[in-house]
Formats: sequence, structure tokens, C-alpha cells
Amino acid sequence: MSRPPSPAMTVSKKQPLFVMRQGCFAYRTNGGGMVLHNIDLDLTPGRFYGLIGPNGSGKSTLLDLLTATRSLQRGGLLFQGRDIRAIRKKELATRIALVPQRFTSNFDFTVAELVIMGRYPHIPRFSQPSSHDYDLVEEAMRSMQIDHLAPRLFSDLSGGEKQRVVVARALAQDTETLALDEATASLDIHHTIAIMREVRRLVSQQGRTVIAAIHDLNLAAAFCDQIIVLKDGRIYQTGGVAETLTPELIAAVFSVQAQVEAATHDHPLRIHYTVESP
Amino acid sequence: MKTTAPLHSLRRHQRKRGFSALTVLALLLSTEIILATGMGFLAISPWEVMEVIWSSISGLSLPPAMNPSFPFVVMEVRLPRILAAALVGGGLAMAGAVFQAILLNPLADPYTLGVSSGAAFGASLALVLGIFGISAPAFFSVPLLAFLGAMATLAVVFYLAAPDGRLSSNTLILSGVIVAAILSAGIGFIKYLADEQVGVIIFWLMGSFVGKTWSDVTLLTLFTLPCLLVMLYFARDLNILALGGRMADSLGVDSRRIKKILLLAASLLTAICVSVSGIIGFVGLIIPHLLRLALGPDNRLLIPACFLGGAILLLTADTITRAWLPTELPIGVLTSLIGGPFFCLIFRRKQLGQRV
Repeated sequence: MSRPPSPAMTVSKKQPLFVMRQGCFAYRTNGGGMVLHNIDLDLTPGRFYGLIGPNGSGKSTLLDLLTATRSLQRGGLLFQGRDIRAIRKKELATRIALVPQRFTSNFDFTVAELVIMGRYPHIPRFSQPSSHDYDLVEEAMRSMQIDHLAPRLFSDLSGGEKQRVVVARALAQDTETLALDEATASLDIHHTIAIMREVRRLVSQQGRTVIAAIHDLNLAAAFCDQIIVLKDGRIYQTGGVAETLTPELIAAVFSVQAQVEAATHDHPLRIHYTVESP
Repeated sequence: MKTTAPLHSLRRHQRKRGFSALTVLALLLSTEIILATGMGFLAISPWEVMEVIWSSISGLSLPPAMNPSFPFVVMEVRLPRILAAALVGGGLAMAGAVFQAILLNPLADPYTLGVSSGAAFGASLALVLGIFGISAPAFFSVPLLAFLGAMATLAVVFYLAAPDGRLSSNTLILSGVIVAAILSAGIGFIKYLADEQVGVIIFWLMGSFVGKTWSDVTLLTLFTLPCLLVMLYFARDLNILALGGRMADSLGVDSRRIKKILLLAASLLTAICVSVSGIIGFVGLIIPHLLRLALGPDNRLLIPACFLGGAILLLTADTITRAWLPTELPIGVLTSLIGGPFFCLIFRRKQLGQRV
């Protein structure tokens, strides 16, 4: 799978999208144990960032902080140069969307109703969606190949269809930044690649920014421009794909032996895990 | 190119259906109020009922041929009771819909957070103090203490759930169960103290609309209408909350704040209903559940529909016990006896994947 070269454009001159300094976060229900320690992070617009790290390393929490669904206890986070806590939630939701790993609903909403909810931050209270809203919703549904499911009940869909509905809702939200939290973890390989391609297209062609927590390192290698490695709530390393996804780093972060095959014109960087027979 | 999007027409169709459903429910309720007012030991025709109501609104005199006791029976005896039953039914059903939406659980009801146990504890306390001759007259102290008990319970539940940054439904439900269990033990102790006069407490707990007056109706209206408006105002946010706290937050809904406001409104409504009428089960569970099956989960439609539907159901139940049954059954018992098996039926059919 070939991928366009990472946008050299004017990226470095642009204002950074996110700047986090000395970010610390702990859950109150966690006995006060820190989940994220002194995180320093600079995210530039127009790139696809892959967030990797073992389970419990703080990936989801970091995404929650960037989408302001949780806030830092210490340190600071700027979004487009403004303190993220000073931005109204609804305004922020027109700029950043979140796709969770799993989503269940106990209520029988139809697919169309759920995708239209992505327009919520754009539509004033007591107003009806405009034709522009409907256009975006239909486009999002088409790109996730779920337009034929519009009148169906969400609860009747298969797991893969459900997840495409969730991605479509985030696309309908039409934000310049998209946060994916293991968004494709429950999907088969066909739909995984379809979604990653669509997201990659948003970055390469429309200059949007994506930050995606990804477990599959090969998937991260194939689609991301930059990799952020988290371990035990700290940033272990950040950098380009070839620079970060090395056998040494994989051994140090995941305690797994691996061989890495460099990217060529025919294929992206590949990781082969060494599994000892029992 | 100006093509009408199919989604657009789908939505317009849904809205039209919603409006007609609300109109039908409103017509049903008004008809039922007139008919029920005519029913009872002294039968009055619907036409005469309307004449009496119209004359008391407009101040016009009544036709001389009418039975002179009719105006008193309609305006002072039946109508306050009927309106109280309708308002309590509507209030409980709306509160139920909101609790179900916030707790992400179609089987939640207005009593899930222990609000009813708090009210029952307060009322029992007032009654037992009355038995020992310590408190103010029961007609005043019982609703007051019931209301205070309900609100205190909510405060404790919020306090227990507060460390959970998103007030998730599991945390809230667990906190409610814990508080309710403690309060039940407290009620048991009060019943033990009441000894031979325990019947007063048991009878209150089973719920009744006997002897409701215009002041009850005024009180209920003063709480129900503002709560209805608050719930309608936040109905769209409530739909988004159905996606779960994290998703709602990422879509720009301040889930914690809106949950607090709506839980407060729904609990206030429940507390006032319970303190006026005692504990009436199943209305707040069945009506939102049934209407959601019929109209879909959109709270902008569901909440007003629940108000009308709950009013219709509880008024029907109260009319059965008041005008049809040879002896008046406590209404809480009646709603649970009819509602329980009915609910089992729906639940079973839903389990089997049939659309009800």
C-alpha cells in the first residue's frame, strides 16, 4: 500500500494545533495514582499521529484530555493557542470529534438519528437541521458505506456496521481534528483498512489532523506520519515511523521481540513479531 | 441541483407523526377528564360537566333545571381529585422518562435513586411523631417531611456518586440502592415503633387520591410545569446523553451539569408527586417504556407524550378504584397489580425480539 509523502508543505510555519506542557492527570476514583506524568506534546495540523503503547499506558486518557472530556490536574494545554478550558464545550465540539472503540446504546435510535447527532454542536437549540447538515450527514454515511442502513435500528446492526455508524457520526461532525480511540479494534481487516484509508484521505487531501490510538503497530506504520509512544503514563518517544518503530523500542515498551522490515515503494514498514513456541 | 434528501423527508415524516401523536393524546386526556368527572355515585352527563366547568370559568349562571348539588360535586369534590391524579401520573411518567434516559436504562423509574424511600421515610416519621403527639397536624407535616426526605436522599446519593467525574449510571444506581436499603430499615424501625397504629403508615405508603383539594392541584401545577419546561429545554441534550457520558462530552454537551440539573428536576417532580399521593408504582416505568416503543427514543417528543400518557393512565386507574370498584382500593396497589403482569408481558415479548 503506497501512501503520499508526508505533507512537507508549510506545516512548520503553521500555528501548532495542540501544545501540552507538564500535563499531569489522575483519576479521583483511582486512589490518586497518576495516569499521565509531565506530558509535553506538540501536535502540528495536517498530520496523522499514531498513539501507541501497552494497555493502561494512558492512551485513552490522553485523547480525553485533547477532546476536553477530561481536564488536566496540573500543567497546561493550549488548543490553537488558547487555553482549552477557556473554550466553550460546544465550540470545541465543532473542531474536535472523538471516535470511541466501542459504543452501545440501550435505546432504539435509528442509524440516521445517530449520525445526525454528529451535527448537534452546529445546530442551535430548537432548530431543525439545515440542508447543509443533511448533506454532510449523507456524505459521511456514504463514505462509511452505511447509507442503505439509514432507517434501520442501531441495535439490530452487526458489530462492524455499528462501528461504521460511529465513525460516520464523527465525520458528520465535520471537525478539523479527529481523535480515534482504537476505532477499528473490533472490525475485520477489510473495514479496518477502509476506515483508515478514508481517515488518511481527510489528512492528505483536506489537511485535517488525526490522532489515533492504535494497537496494531503495522496499521500505525502503514497510515501514520508521526508516532507518539506512551509507556506508564509518560511519553517514551515521538518521531517518524522509521525512527520510532524499531526492534529496540518494541522490546523496551511492549517486552516483545520483533524484526522490522524497512518501508519500500511497494509496502510500508513491516513488523514481524517473534513468538517462541511453548 | 436541488434534490430533496431522503433523510430530510424521513425526518419531516417523523416530526409529523410526533405532532399527531401528541394531538391524539391531548384529545384523549381532555375527553377522559370530562367523562371521569361525570362518573361516580352521582352520575352527571358529560354535557352537564362541561356546563358546570364553563360557568365557573366564565361566571355565567347555570341552567335552572340542573341538579343544584352538581356544581359542588364537580368543582369541589371530583375535579380536584381528577386533576391531581392526572398531574401526578404525568409527573411520574415524565420523571421516569428522564431517569431512564440519564441512567441509560430503560427499566429505571422515578424511584430508582431511592427518592421514594426517602419520601416514605419522611412521611412515616411524620405519622409516627403524630401518633406520639409530637408533631404538627398530619395533613401539613406528612407531605412536608416526605418532600424533605426525598430531597435529602437525593443529596446523599449525589454525595456518594460525586467522586465519579462523569456521574456514570452504575455509580448513581448503586448509590441509590445503598441509600434505599438503609432507609427501608429505618421505615421498618418506625413501623415497629408505631406498634398497633402501623396501619396509618401502611395505608399512606400504598398511595391514594382520596380528599385531594385545589391546594394540592395548585402545588402540583407549580412544580410540574417548570419541571416540564426544564425537561423540554434540555430534551435534545438528553438524546445526546443517551450516547454515554464520554461521547456526549465530546459532542459538546456538559454531561455532568446537565445530568445534575435533570436529575434534580426529575427528583423534585417525584418528591412532590409522592408527598401529595403516596407511593404509586409502575406509572413511571411503563408509560415511558411503552411510548418509547411506539414513538421512538427522541426525548423532544417522548417527554411531552409521557406527561399526557401518564396522566391518562393514572386517571384511568383512579377512576376505576373511585367509581367502579365496590370498595376503594389503594391506587398504588391497583397500578402495580395491573401494571406488573402487563409489564411482564411486554418484557417477555421484547426478549423474544418481537416488536410490541
